Amino acid sequence: MKTEDPRVSDGSPVASTAAPPSARSITWKRRRIATARFWNQFRRNKMGMIGLAILILFGAVAIYSLFADTSALSKTAVTEQSIAPCTFRDLPCAPNGKNIFGTDADGRSVLALVIHGSRMSLLVGLMASVITMVIGAFVGIVSGYVGRATDSVLMRLSDFMLVIPWLALAAILATIIGQNVWVIIGIIGFTSWPGAARLIRAQTLSVKERLYIERSRALGASAWHVISRHILPNVMPVIMANMILTVAIAILSESALSFLGLGDPLRVTWGTVIDEAFSRGATSIGAWWWLLAPSFCIVAVVLAFTLVGYALDEIINPRIRER
Amino acid sequence: VRTQRYIAGKILQALLTLLFILTFNFFLFRILPGDPIAVLTKTQGVELSAEQQEELAIDLGLREPLPQQFVGYLGDTFRGDLGLSTLVDPGESVTSVFFRDVPKTLMLVGTSTIASVAIGIVLGIYGGWRRGRAVDMSSMTGSLFLYSMPEFVLGILLLLLFTKYLHLFPSGGYKSVTGDLSGVAYVADVVNHMFLPWLTLTLAYVGEYYLVMRSSLLDVLGEEYITLARAKGLREKFVLRRHAVRNALLPTVTLVALSFGFVLGGAITVELVFSYPGVGKLSLDALRKQDYPVLQGTFLFFSMAVLIANLIADIIYGYFDPRVRVTR
Repeated sequence: MKTEDPRVSDGSPVASTAAPPSARSITWKRRRIATARFWNQFRRNKMGMIGLAILILFGAVAIYSLFADTSALSKTAVTEQSIAPCTFRDLPCAPNGKNIFGTDADGRSVLALVIHGSRMSLLVGLMASVITMVIGAFVGIVSGYVGRATDSVLMRLSDFMLVIPWLALAAILATIIGQNVWVIIGIIGFTSWPGAARLIRAQTLSVKERLYIERSRALGASAWHVISRHILPNVMPVIMANMILTVAIAILSESALSFLGLGDPLRVTWGTVIDEAFSRGATSIGAWWWLLAPSFCIVAVVLAFTLVGYALDEIINPRIRER
Repeated sequence: VRTQRYIAGKILQALLTLLFILTFNFFLFRILPGDPIAVLTKTQGVELSAEQQEELAIDLGLREPLPQQFVGYLGDTFRGDLGLSTLVDPGESVTSVFFRDVPKTLMLVGTSTIASVAIGIVLGIYGGWRRGRAVDMSSMTGSLFLYSMPEFVLGILLLLLFTKYLHLFPSGGYKSVTGDLSGVAYVADVVNHMFLPWLTLTLAYVGEYYLVMRSSLLDVLGEEYITLARAKGLREKFVLRRHAVRNALLPTVTLVALSFGFVLGGAITVELVFSYPGVGKLSLDALRKQDYPVLQGTFLFFSMAVLIANLIADIIYGYFDPRVRVTR
């Protein structure tokens, strides 16, 4: 993402007779060029574009669900008309012309559940991965830049966090703190940072050795200045690509927690729909439609985030570009 | 000597992490809600007066200062005394509950990990070597698809297909409830029950190992020594086997160890889908019934399993990659 424009990389303005452009306008111009070049590369990646298309589709569904009628989620709003041609006796109702994905055992439309579930599933995934990356970036950069004892302590801590079985820990924490969607976001975020921290630490270590860092320090720059102005912008692409991949893992984590019955009982996510279907015997009565739609959504979104993440990775890391 | 020093260092690190785990495990379960005395009296069905309750608390060491309790906990754990189960199997010692359930999980997770690693590596080598061919493209698509699918979703789909519609396998459990089988029939029965959860776990992780092995091999194939080996006129198969695969295996070994925690997590959900009575199911039962001694034990088991897997990977790495022995 951050590619150096040769004319401005050494900080000297472009030679011209007019007044030299301000530093800010140079920066913005450089960013515009970099973005355009980046988009050009991304556009050529077929897998990445497929992933992006799926994500835009699900994003649109999630936004639509904000305005959609939530009464579709209410068990008491189910009427004989809403489940026709089935009757209350033969619920869950198989897919038909009216409820194209069928209904659950309470007569609610599975399509409506999946649409409303998309909002929470995506929100949990995105928020959890933001927390993961903020902690991971902080630990990774501090560890890599400061080094010595700080590095050892932080890396031991991350070793320890890597060993902790996250699902068991998450389950216990959810029981202690409560089954609330924000708690779940927090748990996933706070238990999955060590991998990101190691990656960012490695990147920081390689950036740290570059000459312009030395120059900056020789000119008297503080650690904060070096980190925020030089290290962070250079590590940022790695953070972004990793964050996209982390969203996929966070969505998987949320669905697993929900499946174990530890999700937020007041919110609908794809995971909670599967949990309810399974615990109410959808597999033994053969109500495949109840399970299939939410499962498909999880797979599609996780796949999409993974494809986009891989595409970003390839652009940022030219060594693997020809994969 | 260097290898020995490296391994000793790794073991020391693992012991340090173990101490961390024990400390964490001790304090985590001190902040859980619920009064242990109340739980204990409720499960044993006895009424105790206030004084008796106090006596019991002193007896159990609950009134001792925290550091002393901690030392006591460490001692008990090293002696293999993990306390008594309160609600999952009232009165039974946690260790004996473990001896009943842990082998089942180890059998399931162990065999499926071996299978998925083997298949993933072999396919990954082939895919990387013959990049872009039909086999590679289809394995790549399949792998990405399997990687994106939660274990329990895969399990549910297999359950629907094989049990509900094809009636090929039992829907769950460890063995048939009725009939006392012995010998070959017993083994066949157990295998029959284990097949679907095993298949689920195997398929769920094959994709990940395939993707890593393939990209790691591609990385190595781009190295200059591979070009040199080819330039020397060595046969392609020889180059692949002796030069490329050996080096490409290392990152995969690390990944297998690192993902072991996730495999165990996946085993929890898969055991739930197939009501397979292993540690995963045990920990869920303990969580639901708030049986803290058992829960604490399962937590220790899961952490230890991942720790040991990592240690083994580190040691293997040390043997095969001389570079790591020097740095750190």
